[in-house]
Amino acid sequence: MTATSERAVGQPLRRIEGPDKVTGAARYAAEYQVGDDLAYGWVAQSPVAGGTLTGVTVDPLVEADDVLAVLWHGNAPRLAEGDDPELAVLQSDRISYRGQALALVVARTLEAARAAAASLQLSIDPSPADTVLSFARDDLYTPEKVNPDFPSETSTGDVSAAFDAAPVRVDVTYSTPALHNSPMEPHATTALWEGDELVLYDSNQHPPGVAATLATLFELPPERVHVITEHVGGGFGSKGTARPNAVLAAMAARVTGRPVRLALPRQALFSMVGHRTPTIQQLRLGATPDGKLTAIDHLAVAHTSRLFEFAEQTAVTTRHLYEAPAVRTGHRLARLDMPTPRWMRAPGEAPGMVGLECAMDELAIALSLDPIELRVRNASSSLLTDCLRHGADRFGWHDRDPRPRQRRDGDWWIGTGVASATYPAMVQPSTARARRLSTGDYEVSIAAADLGTGARTVLTQIAADALDVPHDRVRVRIGDSTLPFASVAGGSSGTASWGWAVTGACRALRDSGGSDEATFDSSDLVEQLNQEGKHAYGAHFAEVRVDAVTGEVRVTRLYGLYAAGRILNPRTARSQFIGGMTMGMGMALHEEGVLDPNVGTWVNHDLAEYHVPTHADIESITAEWLDDAGEGQNPMGSKGIGEIGIVGSPAAIVNAVWHATGVRVRDLPVRLDKLLPHL
Amino acid sequence: MKTFTYRTATALDDGLEPGATFLAGGTNLVDLMKLGVATPEVLVDVTKLPLDEVTDLPDGGLRIGAGVRNSDLAAHPRVRRDYPVLSQAVLAGASGQLRNMATTGGNLLQRTRCRYFMDATMPCNKHSPGSGCPARSGDHRNLAILGGSSSCIATHPSDMAVALTALDAVVQVSGPAGARSFPLGDLYLLPGETPHREFTLEHGELITAVDLPGGSGSSAYRKVRDRASYAFAVGSVAAVLTVAEGTVTDVRLAFGAVAPKPWRAHAAEEALRGRPATRESFLAAADAELAAAEPLRDNAFKITLIRNLVASVLEGLS
Repeated sequence: MTATSERAVGQPLRRIEGPDKVTGAARYAAEYQVGDDLAYGWVAQSPVAGGTLTGVTVDPLVEADDVLAVLWHGNAPRLAEGDDPELAVLQSDRISYRGQALALVVARTLEAARAAAASLQLSIDPSPADTVLSFARDDLYTPEKVNPDFPSETSTGDVSAAFDAAPVRVDVTYSTPALHNSPMEPHATTALWEGDELVLYDSNQHPPGVAATLATLFELPPERVHVITEHVGGGFGSKGTARPNAVLAAMAARVTGRPVRLALPRQALFSMVGHRTPTIQQLRLGATPDGKLTAIDHLAVAHTSRLFEFAEQTAVTTRHLYEAPAVRTGHRLARLDMPTPRWMRAPGEAPGMVGLECAMDELAIALSLDPIELRVRNASSSLLTDCLRHGADRFGWHDRDPRPRQRRDGDWWIGTGVASATYPAMVQPSTARARRLSTGDYEVSIAAADLGTGARTVLTQIAADALDVPHDRVRVRIGDSTLPFASVAGGSSGTASWGWAVTGACRALRDSGGSDEATFDSSDLVEQLNQEGKHAYGAHFAEVRVDAVTGEVRVTRLYGLYAAGRILNPRTARSQFIGGMTMGMGMALHEEGVLDPNVGTWVNHDLAEYHVPTHADIESITAEWLDDAGEGQNPMGSKGIGEIGIVGSPAAIVNAVWHATGVRVRDLPVRLDKLLPHL
Repeated sequence: MKTFTYRTATALDDGLEPGATFLAGGTNLVDLMKLGVATPEVLVDVTKLPLDEVTDLPDGGLRIGAGVRNSDLAAHPRVRRDYPVLSQAVLAGASGQLRNMATTGGNLLQRTRCRYFMDATMPCNKHSPGSGCPARSGDHRNLAILGGSSSCIATHPSDMAVALTALDAVVQVSGPAGARSFPLGDLYLLPGETPHREFTLEHGELITAVDLPGGSGSSAYRKVRDRASYAFAVGSVAAVLTVAEGTVTDVRLAFGAVAPKPWRAHAAEEALRGRPATRESFLAAADAELAAAEPLRDNAFKITLIRNLVASVLEGLS
């Protein structure tokens, strides 16, 4: 008989691989030793945003012994057709954006590869490039669907009539810039062929997905592609699917017969692996004098590429967060000579809630109503109301003077702002396997990826409780595509999805009456689930200071209160929440891809020029959660927590800047030069 | 990175072969080499030369060896006591790790952070003379409003050099033609039609020290940037001020991040000397300097910013 152990779930366990990471023992994709004939790849990227590549000439002086191959569309192996045109690398003469991979140099040393790539003569017939998104474009079109599978347009009631008839109205346009995921670990692959099996050490958020994609492109049976992703240094969505580095490394390894390592340089991440589209959002809100919404109208414009359609679901949150008799949402896209946007932390929700939650603040001002009260009067969920009310208490909202530009401390204007937060609680099918080892310990396997969030640790806790053993008797194996299928580490669904499969496998083993192994596939149960309308909620509060002399903005306090189901590990959960909030602060104040339409690309493409927040930018950041605020639909009772921190937190800061200064900035980021003329 | 050879300088008169560049802390040069913007054939490491001392000068001033690290300079007791503007400026720059590497001489010679200059695939009259300047019509929010030309509007990124400019620093140089010294302001060339020529040093000339005169007034440095740390300035002001009975008797002002060189505000100083130490005088002095500003589409805010900073910093000192 097993003694009942203290439950592991709910304990603030430290990350299991933490010591490996801080001592350098943890290996990332570009760090594996794979034999002594390793070759290195370097990508030559397009210097123009549009045109045709007619030839590639290699300087014979540079093409020394160290260069093993120069691949371009004129000589690269043909790939089978996949569903992501960004992965059809070196297959066509067409140049669709500046920074596109046009050639790959493979050499015995990294230095030789890089030098040869720099000296390649690329013969290009350039064509004019069109890179600027605007509301006024006459080629905006309505996509059939927005991501992942939502209708592009929705409408209930007569929005135009309701808006025109509303006693109090707000009609405003907000814009958010292109943002770049910029994970600490650049996208990297070490590829080798073992016979006709392809092995990839690759940094990604979905090992089985990358394996399936590479199998398709190289026309291999799926079981002949083996993707190893033991540790990942962040992804924020940009590693959700295979990226060109994986395909190029595999191609180069096949051509040269050697293992090939390709780590993208920081600058290449800004064009080659995706970004968050810029958005322009028109918000029209109508309300009764007592603050009941009568009309909500949200139209969002975004860009996509010439290669394929990526339709960010910017206005989708507006469909459900507040109740109103007339609600209309829509999306328009422009096809530009730009890289294809991809997922970036809370795609859709993060930019869309800038528009909605800043417009709600403007409506509260127009109504002379407290912005929390306005939200509570219209909230579609009591969980949201709970977060707003309790958050206001804990933040200290109640003695706030609603008028702007009232609090001053020396040169600093001080203000506070609030915004709602929400994120879908999603689950996806996954499979896990649990084994009883001869040592008496347990091994639990699933092909999940830990992006640095603590997934490995939380799965260990979940498994321990399901097996009813202490957590130190459980060894969790993840990060390998040959393990039982896991869904993507994305959509804040990883823990819910993988944890369900792990729970199932561990319970099955425990209940098996002595079996040494059990496998559990959650597909049937997940498919029966009605996931529509299931969300986590939260409220974000910000206190900012704005220097009246310089326009500099500093966040003195950022506070988030969440109703996100059961919190499985308070330590790693807190990191997820405040990480999202920090990224939200970056979205509000710092992060911006600066486009130069004349050269057809963003000109700030490293972390010195693309600013993310530093520690000094914030004095106090706190995340808390409501323990009794409803449970998620999975055996753990959890909801996703990876993204909700960036939803609404930018708006809370923008709203606080208004309250501090009386200046309403509607194009993010809120930089000092936008404030200075008005201070 | 282009292949290069490396050697260590063992004496000041070692000389510098053609195609060679001196290497000190490497915090800027090595970055530019990785980016393919700087392509020296030979690096001559000068950090082993005995240039890392801070010594008192007979006139009460201070001699700062060119090899003195930024961290050591900022922490030096005499710098903190007598030249707070310098200590503040150094500490406002970069990060602790970078300041531990960066040297006094190297800091003065750092290159612009113009995004086109930092990208070898872009046109730039500085790194590829004659290729044009995309910044005038493109991204120039953080580029020059003073001293630029149609060829180049790059800004000098240093904080330390702005403070040294306000302190009337003198640069000591040794080279093939012997030693010489000159005011710091004479180290820099305005871009004109030759923006690839940035410094007045001849090939082989090495900055050995920076001298500060004694007897300064009260001083301060204020830097404004887009985030709270680890960012280059979007505008900065270094000021040294002496006020007697409510009147400005001496003032030295320098601006950072607004010009191709640390910008000594002579017109402002002239307008202020002998005037009452009031906000009105300070603003009028700033206006006198900024009258020459030629802002572009996205950098006119720097005029307001510098004007506000001048008034705020001088008010703080008076």
